[in-house]
Amino acid sequence: MNGGPTNARSNASSIAIDVKGLTKSFNGREVVHDLSMQVKRGSIYGFLGPNGSGKTTTIRILCGLLTPDSGEGTCLGYDIRRDADKIKRKVGYMTQRFSLYQDLSVRENLEFVARLYGMPDARGAAADMIARIGLKGREEQLAANLSGGWKQRLALGACTLPNPQLLLLDEPTAGVDPKARRDFWNEIHALAAEGLTVLVSTHYMDEAERCHEIAYIAYGHLLAHGTVDEVIAASALSTLTVTGEDFNGLIAELTGKPGVDMVAPFGTSLHVSGRDKAALEAAIAPYRNNSKWHWQPSEPSLEDVFIDLMGRSKDNFQG
Amino acid sequence: MSATDTIQKGEEREPAFGFWRRSYAMLVKEFIQLRRDRVSFAMIIMLPVMQLTLFGYAINTTPRNLPTAVLTQEDTDLGRSILKAMENTAYFHFVREVHTVEEFDELLQSGKVLFGVEIPRGFERAVRRGDRPALLVAADATDPTAAGSALGTLGPLVQSALAHDLHIGDPPDMPFEIRAHARYNPAADSRLNIVPGLVGTILTMTMLIFTALSVTREIERGTMESLLSMPIKPVEVMFGKIIPYVLVGFIQATLIIAIGILLFGVPVLGSLTLLALLTTLFITTNLSIGYTFSTIVQNQLQAMQLSMMFFLPSILLSGFMFPFAGMPVWAQYIGEGLPLTHFVRIVRAIMLKGAGMPNLQYDTIALAALMLFAMTVAVTRFRRTLD
Repeated sequence: MNGGPTNARSNASSIAIDVKGLTKSFNGREVVHDLSMQVKRGSIYGFLGPNGSGKTTTIRILCGLLTPDSGEGTCLGYDIRRDADKIKRKVGYMTQRFSLYQDLSVRENLEFVARLYGMPDARGAAADMIARIGLKGREEQLAANLSGGWKQRLALGACTLPNPQLLLLDEPTAGVDPKARRDFWNEIHALAAEGLTVLVSTHYMDEAERCHEIAYIAYGHLLAHGTVDEVIAASALSTLTVTGEDFNGLIAELTGKPGVDMVAPFGTSLHVSGRDKAALEAAIAPYRNNSKWHWQPSEPSLEDVFIDLMGRSKDNFQG
Repeated sequence: MSATDTIQKGEEREPAFGFWRRSYAMLVKEFIQLRRDRVSFAMIIMLPVMQLTLFGYAINTTPRNLPTAVLTQEDTDLGRSILKAMENTAYFHFVREVHTVEEFDELLQSGKVLFGVEIPRGFERAVRRGDRPALLVAADATDPTAAGSALGTLGPLVQSALAHDLHIGDPPDMPFEIRAHARYNPAADSRLNIVPGLVGTILTMTMLIFTALSVTREIERGTMESLLSMPIKPVEVMFGKIIPYVLVGFIQATLIIAIGILLFGVPVLGSLTLLALLTTLFITTNLSIGYTFSTIVQNQLQAMQLSMMFFLPSILLSGFMFPFAGMPVWAQYIGEGLPLTHFVRIVRAIMLKGAGMPNLQYDTIALAALMLFAMTVAVTRFRRTLD
């Protein structure tokens, strides 16, 4: 899982993104608060968080589309405030909403991007990319008529076309079927293996686990970061998995009980978690010996950790 | 039987009720959206009020105080009295006095004056001898409306004024004759005037709309985000968006001028190359202004409204429909700020008067200045971030 280069902090050139104290408000509402992060070159960095948590805003700051109110940092060694033009030459940004030209064909869109970046052989580069993203035979189709999965591939193709060093992908797999999602991630890993740094925001836990490192952001605050294992370990969450039948009554009774921070049904099992192990044990004691259910200590899943973080951040920042 | 009747009745009544309810839902939604779009809302009020007051005061179809030049080849009391009498009609306003025929022709050809009065050498002596010499009044008749009413006053009004001033008897006994010469459009054919003007009007309308939507369209379709994340500069976006339409505009202009020549028999007395060159400049100026609009407005509706707001004064205050010289000074200043004003002068001068570049310097420079101004505003206004 952890394939990224280590000991990055001592070597500045091995860091692709290094920002400190980024803050951004819109109409008096703080969307990103004092955000600092470092992303190693050649790694896949997952950016997680609920809707409206500031992921898109952060990505836009990194590629020069937004100016931070305060904070500083570098992206590929260029200052994010002063060198936006240089950053744009080396960064591929895939927007959340499809933002290529709907009334241009696949080939025309790619040739447009290639020409814009001043690539010597725009036609050739576009043709190579069409082959690489598997859109051969559809090159003359208008982007508007492509299905969601194909659009997403085209968008990825367009932002990797000018050979960027850093890819910023904003929820690239939203609304894409599982097969296309898997192909997409294989492509991301292939690109990272070639030395590309990838920062990808997502809602999907399985995608988070495909990243070398992850960061969790909620209400503009970066709450946790590290490898998946590190994030789970740092959460200090105790989880018990309950199997058995008829959870409905149990869910109602456990929810809100002191010591129980989270109750989440997973199909035929139930995850019961708490930050204080002793309090959790005390809370479930009355149900523990009921023959209907089987209780077993388990590792919290990444999702448990994130939902817990989300709940806590809500308490802290939303009053 | 009766049961089915009631069901059918119920089914028939239901859509009529639903019709109003659904229309009402739509109506409420539209009002909310209209209220949100403050700029459009403001324009709904501003557009009619501004345009009405503007045009109501500015437009005058029987223009007075028309700029007139005098070619004096002798300085006599009689000459001065005649000029005084002409100025007293309030139709003529003497702005220049020249001494050579070349200067006189140049002023008329460049459109700086609409009339020229020539008092020939030996005029007073000829009058005293009773030779009935001719006083030449040349009019720029490219715009028959402007020239017509002033020329009409020449006979009776000037004569009675002179009779009063000089005590030389009644009009039939006039000791000289006034020879009016309607230059460039002697038959006062209004088509000759309208067709060249239409070249400019049509181009203004089409060119503005082409680019007025260009930036807003990128924003509304969401493609702006991608575009801004790529290494392209505002000037580059602008040129890329304007240049294709210069070609489109050129084809359009060729078409209009060809139709003007073939169907309406409008002549092109001047150089076609010069006409093509200056038409291209005019097209680019309009495209730049349209593009500037698109960097100011927030949506396509606003872009259309702003284009309209620009288009109407262009038609009414440019001298295309109503004589420019007849407008009050403040309206003339507004007119000078509109590219169509300058182009109407240019195109009429080249096509009908055979004017060359030396006559058109001022209007050419004005067009270029307006273009550069619009481009500068557009490049500064273009937002490079999504802030």
